[in-house]
Amino acid sequence: MTKRRFPWHIVVFMAPAFLVYTAVMIFPLFNTLRLALFTEIEQTRVFVGLQNFQTLFFDPIWSEQFWNALANNFWFFIIHMLVQNPIGIALAAMLSHPRLRFAALYRSAIFIPTILSFVIVGFAWKLILSPIWGIAPSMLDAIGLKSLFAPWLGREGSALTTLSLISVWQFVGIPMMLIYASLISIPEEILEASEVDGITGMSAFWKIKLPLILPSIGIISILTFVGNFNAFDLIYVAQGALAGPDFSTDILGTFMYRTFFGFQLQLGDPHMGSAIAGAMFAIILVGVCIYLFGIQTRLRRYQF
Amino acid sequence: MYKARSNLLNTAAMHGALILYMIIALFPVFVILINSFKTRRAIFSEPLALPNAETFSWIGYETVAQQGDFFLYFQNSMIVTVGSLFFILLFGAMAAYALSEYRFRGNLLLGLYMALGIMIPIRIGTVAILEMMVATGLVNSLWALILVYTAQGLPLAVFILSEFMHQVSKDLKDAGRIDGLSEYTIFFRLVLPLVRPALATVAVFNMIPIWNDLWFPLILTPSEEVKTLTLGSQVFIGQYVTNWNAVLAALSMAILPVLILYIIFSRQLIRGITSGAVK
Repeated sequence: MTKRRFPWHIVVFMAPAFLVYTAVMIFPLFNTLRLALFTEIEQTRVFVGLQNFQTLFFDPIWSEQFWNALANNFWFFIIHMLVQNPIGIALAAMLSHPRLRFAALYRSAIFIPTILSFVIVGFAWKLILSPIWGIAPSMLDAIGLKSLFAPWLGREGSALTTLSLISVWQFVGIPMMLIYASLISIPEEILEASEVDGITGMSAFWKIKLPLILPSIGIISILTFVGNFNAFDLIYVAQGALAGPDFSTDILGTFMYRTFFGFQLQLGDPHMGSAIAGAMFAIILVGVCIYLFGIQTRLRRYQF
Repeated sequence: MYKARSNLLNTAAMHGALILYMIIALFPVFVILINSFKTRRAIFSEPLALPNAETFSWIGYETVAQQGDFFLYFQNSMIVTVGSLFFILLFGAMAAYALSEYRFRGNLLLGLYMALGIMIPIRIGTVAILEMMVATGLVNSLWALILVYTAQGLPLAVFILSEFMHQVSKDLKDAGRIDGLSEYTIFFRLVLPLVRPALATVAVFNMIPIWNDLWFPLILTPSEEVKTLTLGSQVFIGQYVTNWNAVLAALSMAILPVLILYIIFSRQLIRGITSGAVK
């Protein structure tokens, strides 16, 4: 019996993924958090502890922008939760109806906006909502609601909500698909048993299906949360790095980009940018922890 | 009798709702596409009409062809997407095999470590990524993007692929070992072909976000010769804001490749999502 050789093949299989992932994702992540503790004075890096965060949260010049971006980001997330996910669930419930014809066609067509890039979505809606082109006002005119039209993207009060709804339009396909997947995996026997007990139609949805798909609803909620607090592209494309009008559509992603890269006359500051990234990291981590320990463990999972 | 009628009403209502939503989903795309083929005057006078002999025009596409280097952008996007997918699949499958096939100390810990990245967006580390790419001279090269997207795609790829690797029959691999095949041959010749459907699912999941990403091209590869299609069209449209023909044509040209890819892969994508690969 020879001595067992060192299992080199495991190292060979594991190494490329481990190295790329560690070097390009994990290391920069911690390095960014570390950079947040430094600042640059006369072109040398100086350790300043938590001072950047203190500036970010309490210095009026920074804190006003930060809290504005954070509040806007929460509003962005709330709209997604209240509009995107219920619409997604409703569409999935209809699509999963047995014997519905053309279901595959509807499903593929409704998913199309999700595959388009933010550049396309942002500009396309900007053109459609533009008062110059006049598609939106003339369509509202056709149903007699022309008085409702306003340049929504250009007004401080409505720009953020409009952009949130555009983003909802784009991403409704994701909750739809995930909920659809879990709805069609509910075994037929359960539905038949409830039918025998006289539970059909809408009440079957509320009383039987909805409790069974709660874990999937939990997953789409956390995906929405992470996606929204990491969003940037749509706002940047539609409103530019300044997230106008007057920062009313600024969210953490655009705020970080502006701070880190600089804009117009302001120079970029990688250390303050890192501090904002640190704040985003903390928010996402808290969200994920609430989901993992507070929600996921309490949801009852049913094994079929 | 009563029940049949209410069922019919229900079905009609469902079709109505789904068709309405389908129109909402497709309408903007349709408006952009039809107007890209019209003269400037027709775009404004009748934005919802299809182009006809009188209003048809290639002017927008001509401007785009003259002013923008869309062919180069397209090529860059292709290289980045295909390159990243290749590394995600190869490295991801290898790591998934190591984690699911062999028992070794630290296996569970390593699996958890790889899974960390599923929930934490790579964008958080952008400042340090840019610094690293500048230091290594990779900034403004397509390799920078390929590396970032590979790192971004690996966690979920490893997670999904190891689920599938568990299902490959143990007997098959042991038969290979008895025949004297090396561990590498077993992986590349026996296991990899069997998990091809899972590889396709992972590829389709990663393809669209990589193709559409704006953040990393904007930060890592802004120079002209390495622009991706997404960034290229963003910059182009930004410059030509007032030239509606050019903007609409550029938008249509950006929509087309994704739409074609989607039509080819939509079955795979939908089957991938609904087979529960992401649950």
